[in-house]
Amino acid sequence: MRKKIFFNNNIPLPPLELLHFFFFALFTSLYTSLAQQLPREPMEWRRTYGRAPKMILLEANFVQFKEELLPKEGNKALLTFPFLHIYWTDCCDTEMYKSSVKEDMMRWQNSLRTHGSSDWVIIVVETNDTKKKNKTNILPRSSIVDKIRSDFCNKQSDRCVVLSDPLKDSSRSQESWNSLLLKLRTLLLMSFTKNLGRFEDEMRTLREKRTQPGWSFCEYFMVQEELAFVFEMLQQFEDALVQYDELDALFTQYVLNFGAGDTANWLGSFCAPVRNWSGLLLRRPIDMEKRDSIQRGEASLLDLRSYLFSRQCTLLIFLQRPWEVTQRALELLHNCVQELRLLEVQVLEGALDCWVFLSCLEVLHRIEGCCDPAQLAANCSHTVGLWAYATDKLKSLGELCGLVSKNGPNSEDLNRTVDLLAGLGDERPETVNSLQSPYKKLKEALSSVEAFERHYLELSHAAMEMYQAIGRLRSARLVGKSLAEFYMRKGDPERAETFLQEALKSYVSEGWSLPVTHTRRQVAECQKLLSKTEDYLQTSALLAGDVNLTTDERKHFCQEILSFTGKSGDQSHKVTLSMGVFAQLTQLKFHPAAASVHSGAVLQVELTLRCLMPVSVRIQQLVASIHFEVDHGGTHGRSKGAQRRTHPGTVVFRQSNSSAGPPSSAGAGPSLELDEIQDRSPSDNSLNSTGVICKNTHLLMRRHDSNSPPDTPNCISPPTVGIKEGAQMLKVQDVTLEPGNNSITFTAPPGTYTLRQLCATVGEVQFILPHIYPSAQYEVYSQEPQLTVEPLSEPLLAGLPQKVKFTLLTGHYTVKKGDALQLSNTETMPILPSTSCTARISSPTSELVGESTLSIQSSEKVTSISLPPAPPYHTLEFQLEVLCIIPSGADRPANERLTNGEVRHRPRSYSHPDTPMTAIDQRMSIDCPWSIYSTLLALTFYIPFKTKHSLLSAGNRQYIQVCVQNVSDVNFALAEVKLTEKQHASLELQSLNTKTQQLLCCKHSVFCLWEVRWKDDLPSCLQCVFSANFSPLSQDISAYKPFHYQFQLERVTTLYSVKAEIFPPAGEQRCRSGVLCGLEVCITRLTEPAEGEIAEDSKTETDGPKTTKLMYEVADSSSNWAVCGKSSGMVLMPMTANATHKVQIEVMPLFAGHLPFPKIKVLKYLPHTAAVAIQPDPDSCVENDSLSLLDKTLDDQGDTASIRSRGSVHSVGSGDQQQKGVAMPRLEPFSPGQVFNHSHACQVLVLPATDDHIMEVNAT
Amino acid sequence: MNTNMAVCIAVIAKENYPLYIRSVPTQNELKFHYTVHTSLDVVEEKISAVGKALGDQRELYLGLLYPTEDYKVYGYVTNSKVKFVIVVDSSNTSLRDNEIRSMFRKLHNSFTDVMCNPFHNPGDTIQSKAFDGIVSGMMVQTA
Repeated sequence: MRKKIFFNNNIPLPPLELLHFFFFALFTSLYTSLAQQLPREPMEWRRTYGRAPKMILLEANFVQFKEELLPKEGNKALLTFPFLHIYWTDCCDTEMYKSSVKEDMMRWQNSLRTHGSSDWVIIVVETNDTKKKNKTNILPRSSIVDKIRSDFCNKQSDRCVVLSDPLKDSSRSQESWNSLLLKLRTLLLMSFTKNLGRFEDEMRTLREKRTQPGWSFCEYFMVQEELAFVFEMLQQFEDALVQYDELDALFTQYVLNFGAGDTANWLGSFCAPVRNWSGLLLRRPIDMEKRDSIQRGEASLLDLRSYLFSRQCTLLIFLQRPWEVTQRALELLHNCVQELRLLEVQVLEGALDCWVFLSCLEVLHRIEGCCDPAQLAANCSHTVGLWAYATDKLKSLGELCGLVSKNGPNSEDLNRTVDLLAGLGDERPETVNSLQSPYKKLKEALSSVEAFERHYLELSHAAMEMYQAIGRLRSARLVGKSLAEFYMRKGDPERAETFLQEALKSYVSEGWSLPVTHTRRQVAECQKLLSKTEDYLQTSALLAGDVNLTTDERKHFCQEILSFTGKSGDQSHKVTLSMGVFAQLTQLKFHPAAASVHSGAVLQVELTLRCLMPVSVRIQQLVASIHFEVDHGGTHGRSKGAQRRTHPGTVVFRQSNSSAGPPSSAGAGPSLELDEIQDRSPSDNSLNSTGVICKNTHLLMRRHDSNSPPDTPNCISPPTVGIKEGAQMLKVQDVTLEPGNNSITFTAPPGTYTLRQLCATVGEVQFILPHIYPSAQYEVYSQEPQLTVEPLSEPLLAGLPQKVKFTLLTGHYTVKKGDALQLSNTETMPILPSTSCTARISSPTSELVGESTLSIQSSEKVTSISLPPAPPYHTLEFQLEVLCIIPSGADRPANERLTNGEVRHRPRSYSHPDTPMTAIDQRMSIDCPWSIYSTLLALTFYIPFKTKHSLLSAGNRQYIQVCVQNVSDVNFALAEVKLTEKQHASLELQSLNTKTQQLLCCKHSVFCLWEVRWKDDLPSCLQCVFSANFSPLSQDISAYKPFHYQFQLERVTTLYSVKAEIFPPAGEQRCRSGVLCGLEVCITRLTEPAEGEIAEDSKTETDGPKTTKLMYEVADSSSNWAVCGKSSGMVLMPMTANATHKVQIEVMPLFAGHLPFPKIKVLKYLPHTAAVAIQPDPDSCVENDSLSLLDKTLDDQGDTASIRSRGSVHSVGSGDQQQKGVAMPRLEPFSPGQVFNHSHACQVLVLPATDDHIMEVNAT
Repeated sequence: MNTNMAVCIAVIAKENYPLYIRSVPTQNELKFHYTVHTSLDVVEEKISAVGKALGDQRELYLGLLYPTEDYKVYGYVTNSKVKFVIVVDSSNTSLRDNEIRSMFRKLHNSFTDVMCNPFHNPGDTIQSKAFDGIVSGMMVQTA
């Protein structure tokens, strides 16, 4: 819509008498086209004060000149200002000009001059008609114009313009018409600029006078608005708006100054009581009604503001800035309310609300009128403020007029309503026909409760929806809350609750405690009305613990709960509430701290509950439900999870304080539970990887938006959790919880349990903590008694008294007085009685509890150790000395039975891979009082010695050598070394040992030698016992312990003596190398055949003389000799004493020097018929080996093959050996001592082959 | 009474819970809490709008968040998204934008000092006498 304001340009027409009828007609036709064509082309407007030039279109209004229309001094009207005076003339006659026209012009000029106007122009219209008509006395056209110019335009020749033939359609006339338009525009703009500048200056001057008394804002307002109108007319809306904004600011400043105590007289009219509150009117371009009242100085503040805003609004809409309108509107409304307050203007209560409400709606309507719906929807952020404001105002109006109360308005309310409606006046004619005008809305809303509700809800929902649409959820909830308050007043708590809960949730989640408290109290009211008992109790509990409330209020809510609990609970179901609203579990402590005790001891769980109630509350029962952990059955003594932290046995629960401070969502959350992981390879247990694992990622990594606020008790609907039925529980009855921290102690039952839930029962109300986190676990375990016996020091040495430690873990068993351990005695390991044997009793934490002396009683079969009384789960320790008797030899008695009927296992010695010592396992059987079964225990002892014996003989004399090797790590002293023969009393063993006591260091050996002497016959078999006393070096004589070694010697008698002699070759004194010499071997039988020997041989030769077959062999291992001819052979020996057999063998020494004799071996030859009487001892294997080596030299022997086969058969050891043994002849060596070699280690001097020059030196 | 002052000053954490909030007419504390809380809507709106436009080079001062009939609410947001809100009485017209800015700057400086305190746990409510003093200096004194 474009509004046209015409310039009132005075166009002085020539006096009527001079005007031809024709000319008048001409002028009127010109006038129309001039008015039309003038604004067609824009002009550049250069402005003062450095303002940017603008292109503007000029419009003009032509008015006939009248003297009285000329502006008088001080006239500020700019719109009606004559900017340009035009004198039109078509005079072409000099005479006429001189006679009348000139005079008329003079008069015109004078009157202009008197009014100080210098903006004029004279237009001379030339037509052909006029020329024609006065052809004769016509001066040339130029002369008239020249004349006028010379007469009036002294220096401004451009003030006179010629317009030729305006009505003709010739190029000439067109040209002159265009130049006229341009001229007019230029002059008009010139004048306009000049006059506007002057106007502005005057306006400023006027403004500067504003502090002077008598200055009136209204007057000034009109002046500046004039300027604004001009700008608006020029379509300079921006500039026009500036004028209004300046006025606005000026007025605001005045009001503020007034507020600061600076009064201005003219403000009086604005301070008048407000009588009309009809709201803004934005539908008219100019509200002339209000303008007039301003002009008259009768306008109220609201009038002025309304008018000012309506003008600003109009301009802003011209400027396509509707959203600024809404923003400014809100500011304006706020501002007006403030200003009226500041000026202390009397206003009827509610009147301003009406005004604001109407104005908001008016602005919204205006904006809706100039925008399409899509635009509106996209910009609701700009309008929503107005909607909310209107809602707010309507609500307070409703409250004021009694439309919100349950009972409807009373008479007082009605009177107030009538007064308010009266102030609205009549509806403006613009909106009379519209159905939804703000005026109608307000009137209707105030008319009835129902209508009010309808309108209020409509507005509220509109505001809420808009807020939600633009994401201002908090604002939306605030509106919702206010709506809830409305519903509460209307007695509709059900609807109110939804909004309140919504708001509450938002405040809780963002941790705004004061709004939380306030809203929650409203919620409580709702819930009480709705008789949502459970919710109400929950909310009450929260409020009772809310520190933002006064103690009295808290007590009230606490009482609400208590009075409910006090009711006789006929209904079976109990109300379940979240524990968090009532009390907080702050700490959990285990006594003892390890949280793991055996079943006999007391494990206490101490809970610290911080009661949030303002008064002390008596609880009938406090129950902690516990969950049995199956998988941790065996790992007692290990504390779990949280208890592993700094304070063992204490779990501190982090609190998310509901009433104050940041909500727990702000970073707290569940704490990280980290554990170390190690990945080991299954095969060799080597570490593959190690790392840290978070065990509760499912809690930490939860999507943030989807989780409910972590502090569930604050939640709108608390989770209805019950204590799991049938779970095991820790219980405490009748506890009084004082406000603040309370300590409650439970005693834990046996088993491994995790604490899961906590439940406090107060009458019909149960407070449940559904999940105790971090989890706390404890363990009460049961253990069987255990007896272990272990050496006090490793290794246990046999033969010496050794200490062993008995450790008894009593477990669940209480050792009573009179309880005793019954040890079955064994011969091989007697228990040494000791006078002072003390038992130590220590507690599970290794503290010494007591010491007492043990009494040990030994009978023949058992040793009884009576134990001191000991409590369960204690350790009883004592030491006993035992002696493991070293088995002396090969004799193994038959198994005997133990006292308990078990077969006694003879300790068997065996060689241990870890030590050179021979080990003996000693088993013990102990009867314990707690069990009907015997406890079998084994101890391993080690024999410190290794003993060897050997028989040595020299001719007929025999010697026995015993070698004792110390294989232990201990040094011993060896004393009273003795060798005895058991069977033959006549036999004398003469010791050749000089020392009575010998040192036997570790890893060393001692050799002892005895000569065997006999009187009659030397028995072929000797049963010897070597005995010695030994003791560790460090100990004294009394600690000597015997050591026995039994052995048997067989065939000790010397049967044959072998004597070898080497004879030099004939004619030589000495043997020479490389020369054959004779070796004579003389084998002599020394003794009569013994019985065994006869028996043995009688099988071979059943009849005939008693002979035996011997085989001899000469072998030189060191290659000193070369045996020439037969090196071995068979000898048939008669079995009589002194029977001799000589053998001659040729040998050749290969070297010169003292050469040892070649070795001569004598072996028994058993013919193939001989039965294998003696199973070869493993020891003989060695000799068989050497025998088979020897075989190689027996190539030429006929039966060597059989000999060889026999040697090989031996090692196979198969079943048919016997048979073969019968079939084959074989060789058997003599026992050591049976053959005495006289020439053993004899040497013979061998000379070199020739004396002269070869000297052979052999160094070996 | 010095009118050139705020009636309510609040510091709000990044997560929108109040770190500090103090208002002068204590009987109206609740109303201020609601007002400040609601103003977070506009703060968030402005932050997101500014974030889109300028990136990191943004102005901390958010200006007038929204006026109500009685109060003007101004906002300021630190780079760590901690919000400062100052509520001024609407009748207090002598307060210029520049003064509000300087109030925010002072508040920010003092807040920084609080955060620099090694004993202060970020995220906890502010309980600093120095900060209290600065705030008191900016608030209307009700003797």
